[in-house]
Amino acid sequence: MSENQENREPIIICDEVHKWYGNFHALRGVSMEVRKGEVIVIFGPSGSGKSTFIRTLNRLEEHQRGRIVVDGIELSHDIRNIEAIRSEVGMVFQQFNLFPHLTVAQNIMLAPLWVRKWRKDKAEQIVVQLLERVGIPEQAHKYPGQLSGGQQQRVAIARALAMQPKIMLFDEPTSALDPEMIKEVLDVMVGLAKSGMTMLVVTHEMGFARAVADRMFFFDQGQIVESGTPEEIFKSPKEDRTKLFLSQILSH
Amino acid sequence: MNRSATAPANNVLPPPIERYTLLGWIYKNLFNTWYNALLTFLTVGIIYAIGKPAITWAIEQARWEVILVNIRLLMVGQYPIEQVWRIWLCLHLLAAVGGLSWGVWIRGYRIWGLLFLISTLGLAFLPSMSASASRGQLIALDIVALAGFGLGRLGGKRLQRTVINLWILYFPLVILIVRGLNSPEGAVPVVPSNLWGGLLLTFLLTVVGILFSFPLGILLALGRRSPLPIVRWVSIAYIELIRGVPLVTILFMAQVMLPLFLPAGMSIDRVLRAMVGIVLFTAAYQAENIRGGLQAIPYGQYEAAHALGLSGVQSTMFIILPQALRNVIPVLVGQFIALYKDTSLVAIVGLLDLLGIAKSIVSQPQFIGLQREAYLFVTAIYWLFSYFMAYLSQRLEVALGVGER
Repeated sequence: MSENQENREPIIICDEVHKWYGNFHALRGVSMEVRKGEVIVIFGPSGSGKSTFIRTLNRLEEHQRGRIVVDGIELSHDIRNIEAIRSEVGMVFQQFNLFPHLTVAQNIMLAPLWVRKWRKDKAEQIVVQLLERVGIPEQAHKYPGQLSGGQQQRVAIARALAMQPKIMLFDEPTSALDPEMIKEVLDVMVGLAKSGMTMLVVTHEMGFARAVADRMFFFDQGQIVESGTPEEIFKSPKEDRTKLFLSQILSH
Repeated sequence: MNRSATAPANNVLPPPIERYTLLGWIYKNLFNTWYNALLTFLTVGIIYAIGKPAITWAIEQARWEVILVNIRLLMVGQYPIEQVWRIWLCLHLLAAVGGLSWGVWIRGYRIWGLLFLISTLGLAFLPSMSASASRGQLIALDIVALAGFGLGRLGGKRLQRTVINLWILYFPLVILIVRGLNSPEGAVPVVPSNLWGGLLLTFLLTVVGILFSFPLGILLALGRRSPLPIVRWVSIAYIELIRGVPLVTILFMAQVMLPLFLPAGMSIDRVLRAMVGIVLFTAAYQAENIRGGLQAIPYGQYEAAHALGLSGVQSTMFIILPQALRNVIPVLVGQFIALYKDTSLVAIVGLLDLLGIAKSIVSQPQFIGLQREAYLFVTAIYWLFSYFMAYLSQRLEVALGVGER
C-alpha cells in the first residue's frame, strides 16, 4: 500500500511554514507533504501548534512565512483562491460548530446549495445518503441542540462531506465528547479513512492512529519533532520527547 | 447494585400530578403565611382605592361624546371627508391580506380572530355609529377579513409566496392611495401631507420608520464591525453622532437642514422630513442593538461558515444575521415600540399626529375641561397597539424557538 502511495502526487505541500501570534512563535518552520489518500495523524502536547498547523491549510489561520500549496493552488491573500481551496477541504471542529438555527438537513445542504449551486433535489438526496453513512438517518429534521454530542459531531462530518471535498481536516474531533460517544465518531472516521479519503487528523486517540494512520507526526513547540508510520512511532520512537509524551498518554 | 438502574423501562413512574380546588389555590398562593395574607389584603385595598373612583368617573361623569364627535379628526386629522374612503380602502386591503396570512400560516388561535370580529362589530353597533357610513365599512371589514381567511385556508401553503409578495406590495400601495396621484381630475387627487393627521399620521410615521430603520440599522451594525477602516469609521461616526442628539433636535434639523442637501427648486414635504428624521434616529439605536446580537455569536460559527467555502456575504446572510437578530428580538421590538410612541414628538414641528390632534381638540372652546377624556382615549390607543407589537414579538420568539436550541 505504501509502495503504491510513494508514486502518487502530493495533494498538500507545506514548505517552511511559520506563524506568530504577536511575539509568540507558534509554528517554526513546518514542512510536510501529503499524498492523495493518505491518513495523517498529528499529535503532541497542548500548545504545540498542531491545531494551528491544520488550520493554516484552509486559511482559518494565516501563515506569515513559507509556502502552502493545496490541490495545486497556492494559499495567498487572493480571496478567490482561499474560497476555492475551502470548498475542496472539509473541516471538523472540536466544538462541532453546527449552525444551531438550522435543522440537520439544512446544515448539510447549505454549502452545496450556495457554494456548489446544486439543485435542491440533488442536495436533498445527498443529505439522505450522508446521514445514512454516519449512522443517523432518522435525525434529518431535528435541530443540533436536540442531538447528543456524538450525533452532533457525526452531523458535522456529514456537513463537511456534503461538499465532496478532496481533503478532510479533523481538529481534535473527539476531545469534547463523553467517553461512550467517542467510539461512534471514530467508527465513522475509520470508515472514511478506508474509503480512500485524504485525512489530516489532530487527535490523541492512539487506537485510531494505530488502526488507520499511514503516517504520524509528533509536534512540539511549533515544530515536527518526529514522523513515521504508526509501527515506527509506537515500537521504536527515536526522540526522547516522543517517548516521554507517548509514555504519558499511553500509561493508563 | 441500585435496583432502579436495572428496572425495565416500562416500570417508569409518571410524575405526580398536582390538582387544586379553587379554594385550595387561593389558600396556597394568597394566604399561606400571615405576611402573605397581609400583603394580599393590602394590595386588594390599594387596587380598590384607586380603581373605584376611576371607574365611577369613567361611567358616571366622563363626557365621552368629545371622542365620538371628533372621531374622524382623531383617526385621520384633516384628511378631506370626501376622500376618507381611501383610508377605508387601505383598511380593507389590510383586512384582506391579514386574513389571508392568518389562514395560510396561523390557522389556530381563532380566539384572536374572533376578538377582532367581535370588537369591530361592537364598534359598528355603537349607537353613535348609526348616522355615519362607518357602520357599513366596519361590517365590510369583517367580511373582507373572513373572506381572506377562508381563501388562505383553502389555498394553504401554495399561497405563501403570494402572500409575502402582497405584504411587500401593501405598504407602497398604502402610501400611494393615501397621497393620491398628480392628475387633477383623477379619482384619487393628491391630498397634501399637511392634511394628514391623527392616528393615520402616527401609523404612517411608525410603519415607514420601522421599514426603513431596520435595514439601515443592520447595515450600520455590520459596518461598525467591518474590517474596512473607512466603512467602520463612517458607521461609528454616524451612530455616535445621532445617539448624542435628542430626537426633537433631529426632527427640527430635518425640517431646516434637509432642504440644504437637495438640488435647488426641489422641496420635500414636512411629513417626509419627519419620516427621514425618525428613520435616521432609530437606525442608530437599532444598529447598536443588532451589534449586541452579533457579538453574542461564537467565533466558531464564522469559522465553520468559512471552512465550508461560504463567502463573507453568504455567511453573514445565512449564518450570522439570522442568529444575531433572533437573539435580540426583544430589544428590537422594544425600540420599535419606543419609535411608535416617539412619533408623538412630531407635534413639536407642527404636524398633527394622534396626540397633536387630541391637544388641539381640547383647546377648542366647546371642549374645554375635557382633557381627561381625550388623553385617556389617546393613551388607550397607544397602549393597545404597543401591546399588540409586544405580543407579536413574543409569538415570533416562540415560533423561532428562541431559548430552546
